[in-house]
Amino acid sequence: MMLLADTYPAWSWNLVADLRQMWAFPFMVNAFRAGTVVAVAAGVMGWFMVLRRQSFAGHTLAVVGFPGAAGATLIGVSATYGYFAFCLAAALVIAAIPRAGRSSGGQESALTGAIQAFLLACGFLFTALYQGLLGGVTSLLFGSFLGITTAQVWVLAAVAAAVLATLTVIGRPLLFSSVDPDVAAGRGVPVRLLSTVFLVLLGAAAAEASQITGTLLVFALLVMPAATAQTLTARPSLSLALSVLIALAVTWLGLIAAYYSPYPIGFYVTTLAFAAYVLARLGRAAGQGLPRLVPVRGAS
Amino acid sequence: MTILAASGWTAALGHPFFQHALLAGTAIAAAAGLTGYFLVLRAQVFTGDALSHVAFTGALAALALGYDLRIGLFAATILIALLLGTLGKRGRADDVAIGSVFSWILGVGVFFLTLYTTKRSAGNGGAGVNVLFGSIFGMSAAQALTAALVAAGICVAVLTIARPLLFASVDEAVAAARGVPVRLLGFAFLTLVGACAAEATQAVGALLLLGLLAAPAGAAQRLTDRPFRALALSAGLAVAAMWVGLGLSYAVPSMPPSFGIIAAATTAYAATFLPGIRRRTATTVAGLTA
Repeated sequence: MMLLADTYPAWSWNLVADLRQMWAFPFMVNAFRAGTVVAVAAGVMGWFMVLRRQSFAGHTLAVVGFPGAAGATLIGVSATYGYFAFCLAAALVIAAIPRAGRSSGGQESALTGAIQAFLLACGFLFTALYQGLLGGVTSLLFGSFLGITTAQVWVLAAVAAAVLATLTVIGRPLLFSSVDPDVAAGRGVPVRLLSTVFLVLLGAAAAEASQITGTLLVFALLVMPAATAQTLTARPSLSLALSVLIALAVTWLGLIAAYYSPYPIGFYVTTLAFAAYVLARLGRAAGQGLPRLVPVRGAS
Repeated sequence: MTILAASGWTAALGHPFFQHALLAGTAIAAAAGLTGYFLVLRAQVFTGDALSHVAFTGALAALALGYDLRIGLFAATILIALLLGTLGKRGRADDVAIGSVFSWILGVGVFFLTLYTTKRSAGNGGAGVNVLFGSIFGMSAAQALTAALVAAGICVAVLTIARPLLFASVDEAVAAARGVPVRLLGFAFLTLVGACAAEATQAVGALLLLGLLAAPAGAAQRLTDRPFRALALSAGLAVAAMWVGLGLSYAVPSMPPSFGIIAAATTAYAATFLPGIRRRTATTVAGLTA
């Protein structure tokens, strides 16, 4: 670590100079662009994921990007296609699992878990067959912000725009059916269709984020900003905005910290996000006597 | 390895590395099958998922600080299992809290991975991959024996608390009213899950151990309604998957053993979805947990 310290740029506390120096490199500019796109998409989708209590499905969607990317590398196409193909396919499979009410919770999660483990095993098989990807495995799993091309940023931005546009259309009924599925179904909201569309969008967001944070740490960007925001306020629009803000702040700070130190971005992003979450929980525990802004249940 | 593949099954048993893998693997699979059954019954699969990631951090922290990998594994999984228990009501944690804790711990694991690979750069690049995906064929005789004994201990412990745990899992309120220490059982069970995760990491790796916990148990619950039969079936299926997986990867050297094991377990689970292979009666154990 001491040895490596020389090779990393020094932090000068002169913020403008630091940012200018960092952004002199095209790869850092692309990393910040991609990070911003990913943070917005993950902040929004994660907020709905936490509200709908679909953490396990979200985590599974996030990790299946790994076999996708490894498989794409094995057959010689861009990893980006692998991420999207596998995450979207897994979203459809999970959506197709029949839900027989709350009673089948254990069985449903056993199935999700088995799918997740099997796909990860496939990813391991692909890397074993590819051989010589040993360094690549860690960057697929734990992310790397180096070497993001401008073309990749455009793909990320286009997909994020599509995800957010779809979400704007289905946002209101989705919120309704997330908070109270039975009443929503009774009022004629197509709950099941919404749930499928939501999982597909979540898959797309997870595939995006995988390319920055790595498949194992996507979940951090999905769950923690959203959980923090929903701890702080129960007002939907405010906590959604807060979730995006936290995701953005965490990603930007993570990128800066990773640039100035030898440790990977995933470590900084998860640690910062977790610190925010713990502070929010502690803050709420301290102010337990105070009422929350709006008493909407379903989020906590 | 290619020469080994040609020499037949009896020859496989003659190799020390295969004997060690078989000894440790069988005991670990039995422990995972028994623990996994209750994990699925109690709808705590996500907890198992979380512990699998914690195992990665524990192992790498121990390696980076220069201790035996197994100390880190057991310390991390059991401690976090107990922590997760305190986060939720009655020894069951809330999904969002679990998710936040384990994704942060995984991030810390990446930190230790970097620390380890930069500090001891000579030939340690594969350490992270070994912890994540297991290296059962690389076990020494002493490691295999320890793993087998610990796994056997987990099996005995699970069977000892099986009856009250079953009661508490199926109907918590009634069990509590009848004087079963529900909360204590919840913590004892989480400790066993933690120990089991640490064990399974040595066989199939941190990322894949969820398959060994969830797939045989899920299959067993689809095949029979009777709890103790399902428990036995779950352990049996896990052991069978382990044997098939080890055999497959011996026969096809380019296939990693952990892939073979998880693929066998998943295939068995998938087979229970075929028409005709389904339990006969309609009263389900899963239905009772509602």
